[in-house]
Amino acid sequence: MMKRRTFLATAAAASAAAGLGTLPARAQGKYPSRPIQLVVPWGAGGGTDQTARIIGTLLEKDLGQPVNVVNRTGGNGVVGHSAISTAAPDGYTIGMITVEIGMMHWQGLTKLDGTSYTPLALLNSDPPGVQVKADSPFKDVKELVAHIKANPGKLKASGTGQGGIWHVALAGWLEAMGIKPESVPWVPSNGAAPAMQDLAAGGVDIVTCSVPEARAMLDAKKARSLAIMAPQRNPAFPDVPTLKETLGTDWTLAAWRGIAAPKGLPKEAVDALVPALKKAWDSAAFKDFMNQRGFGMVWGDPGQFAKHMAEDDAKMGKVMKALGIAKG
Amino acid sequence: MESILKALALIADPYVLAVIAFSAAFGLFVGAMPGLTATMATALLVPITFFMPPVPALAAIVTASAMAIFAGDIPGALLRIPGTPASAAYTDEAYAMTRKGKAELALGAGVVFSAIGGIFGTIVLVAAAPLLAEVAIRFSSFEYFWLVCLGLTCAVFIAQSAPVKGMIALFLGLFVATIGLENPAGLPRFTFGTTDLMGGIEMIPAMVGMFAIAEVLRAMARTQAHLPPPQPVTGSIFRGQWGLLRRYPKQALRGSAIGTAIGALPGAGADIASWITYATSKRFSKEPEKFGTGHVEGIVESGAANNAAVSGAWIPALVFGIPGDSITAIVIGVLYLKNVIPGPLVFEKSPDIVTALFVIFFLANLIMIPFGWAAIKTFKHILRIPREMLMPIVLMFCIVGAFAITNSPFAVGVMLVFGLLGFLMEENGFPVAPVILGIVLGPMLEQSFVTSMIKSDGSFLAFFARPIAGALGAATILVWVAMAWRGFRRFRMGGAPAVSG
Repeated sequence: MMKRRTFLATAAAASAAAGLGTLPARAQGKYPSRPIQLVVPWGAGGGTDQTARIIGTLLEKDLGQPVNVVNRTGGNGVVGHSAISTAAPDGYTIGMITVEIGMMHWQGLTKLDGTSYTPLALLNSDPPGVQVKADSPFKDVKELVAHIKANPGKLKASGTGQGGIWHVALAGWLEAMGIKPESVPWVPSNGAAPAMQDLAAGGVDIVTCSVPEARAMLDAKKARSLAIMAPQRNPAFPDVPTLKETLGTDWTLAAWRGIAAPKGLPKEAVDALVPALKKAWDSAAFKDFMNQRGFGMVWGDPGQFAKHMAEDDAKMGKVMKALGIAKG
Repeated sequence: MESILKALALIADPYVLAVIAFSAAFGLFVGAMPGLTATMATALLVPITFFMPPVPALAAIVTASAMAIFAGDIPGALLRIPGTPASAAYTDEAYAMTRKGKAELALGAGVVFSAIGGIFGTIVLVAAAPLLAEVAIRFSSFEYFWLVCLGLTCAVFIAQSAPVKGMIALFLGLFVATIGLENPAGLPRFTFGTTDLMGGIEMIPAMVGMFAIAEVLRAMARTQAHLPPPQPVTGSIFRGQWGLLRRYPKQALRGSAIGTAIGALPGAGADIASWITYATSKRFSKEPEKFGTGHVEGIVESGAANNAAVSGAWIPALVFGIPGDSITAIVIGVLYLKNVIPGPLVFEKSPDIVTALFVIFFLANLIMIPFGWAAIKTFKHILRIPREMLMPIVLMFCIVGAFAITNSPFAVGVMLVFGLLGFLMEENGFPVAPVILGIVLGPMLEQSFVTSMIKSDGSFLAFFARPIAGALGAATILVWVAMAWRGFRRFRMGGAPAVSG
């Protein structure tokens, strides 16, 4: 008899887990009552994926339900960001959204932007550095800017794909200095690691990418960082000055990662997820992970996260229009 | 010497040994599942390694990835489903051997020469990592462009009897590679406004479709065709391998060396190594006419190469933190987490862990032989299942594998469409392997060409201006001229139609 009851309970749980997603969450008791899917728009093993997986593990401990990380890759992030936004807003599909959400719509690749989600938590933010090859003639960023002004089109830069975050970072910086963005042609790459390698190989002259992405080559003395585009210096690289210190420009930008859910998430789910995310962010395990990787820790609650996305979006639009890669 | 003893002590821990055994079984399973790759095996292990000390964490990843690359040969040989892209180059060859009743010899060669290649790569990793890494990171887009051109030339070698049909298949693959958003300009191409197509055509579902679904369709079309049952086992399946090693020592060595070198390049990995060595094996063979008919020579060379590449990929990863392939891209993250900072100083800063890592590499490649043996013994029973029962199961596994790649039903659709395409192509004498080669190399070809042209402000001469690029370019053009010349001579002698590059 007992056996049979266990079987029935298991069968019921299994069918619930198998995605009877149309049932309203409250009909199944307190949220969360079944496994949660955490969608990542980028590939397994990358920085975003690893951050999502550790957050998933910590959420799982706190919420008492499995949190499954699912990579929905492709289309430079469009596919995964769409999957998060179009999922049922029942709290059982959440996702890690990244800085690209404020950029893709300007290029006409999607209609989605930051307002297409229920923001839950901003977790991380990494500003880019300006890296040159170790034996580059430029001693500091001032010399670099002077050379760019004197020889427009001569130096080539890389760091990510065409119109990607580090391309915008470079173009925005040049614009802020009163230099035309075309003065430094962009060589598209499949991410920061190949770009840093190309820098060492002598294929490009400048790489703008985040400091953790450049770290191995900097440590190996194959590249030097001349400045970072942040309000403060990075504690891990105290010798690298900010742009403001050396050039007096206020230009800053950063790649960020945060957790969001489809628009219209029930209050019950928001009230369960936000404190759980804050607890995960505060945990020693997460701090250790972020410090080991050199990722910048920034916390933003739903309100701050929404505001951050709106500001970022406007900034991106301005630069991308100047670059001529924004549509409409 | 002291550090080797320390490393052995670190590994002799029963916990570490248990982790190695578990990861070996896990890697074998994932690699043998169509559509699940060695990269995925590694990625799935990462959250588990968060909670392990450094040595077992690295042991888990090294063992699982080496096993998965070998295990990709198993469904390739038995069912014509390449388990990983690195096996796709010689899947047809291995399957042809199975059809002749020589499945065990094909798989035995797969496991033994995988182990040999892996060990060769490890020796190079131990002996010359810093030196080789210095050379490898000098490769820029100019060098990669020529390397890709050499890789594409392999399509002509692979399409033995019908070079023109091989070229058509290759160009079809190159076309498929242009679909989507991930091109140098970042502009959507052939997407018809759909989000799914923006992601492009994933290579794995396309590959599983072209090989496996096409095979299922063929079985449906010709129900009477039956595979011969596996040959009765006479003694050890390894006995035949000694003979192979004595007969093909040069092939094993060449495969291992080319595999390690290509693996060490940050932009190229086990898949390309496997294609190039299959082609070199055929080019330098004394009996090239036997290739494609179930001849083991190519499996010896490229089976060694793809596992050598897995070890080779660690060279730039350890020395410069630059991933040699998609597996080491994940590994670098794990190394940072374990406070083993990749860089030229890693050998001085964490000598115990690095030495332990090397020992694990040897161990993983050695236990591949017993584990692989057990896997072959288990999986070969698949051949006894009647085809009409086997094919629906194959179809089911293909669907699961395709779905697992992108977690979307779109990939299943891609797989079915490519299955139909593959079936129609083969019924009309077109080889399907060059399509896969085109899909693998297409993005690299475009990326390396376009970025080189941006860097050189549109000058073609830049492709010869750097020393390594110049040498590679000259070699590539020489291969093309030689191929054209031979084709021309054959044409003049009134033989087969011209083989042109």
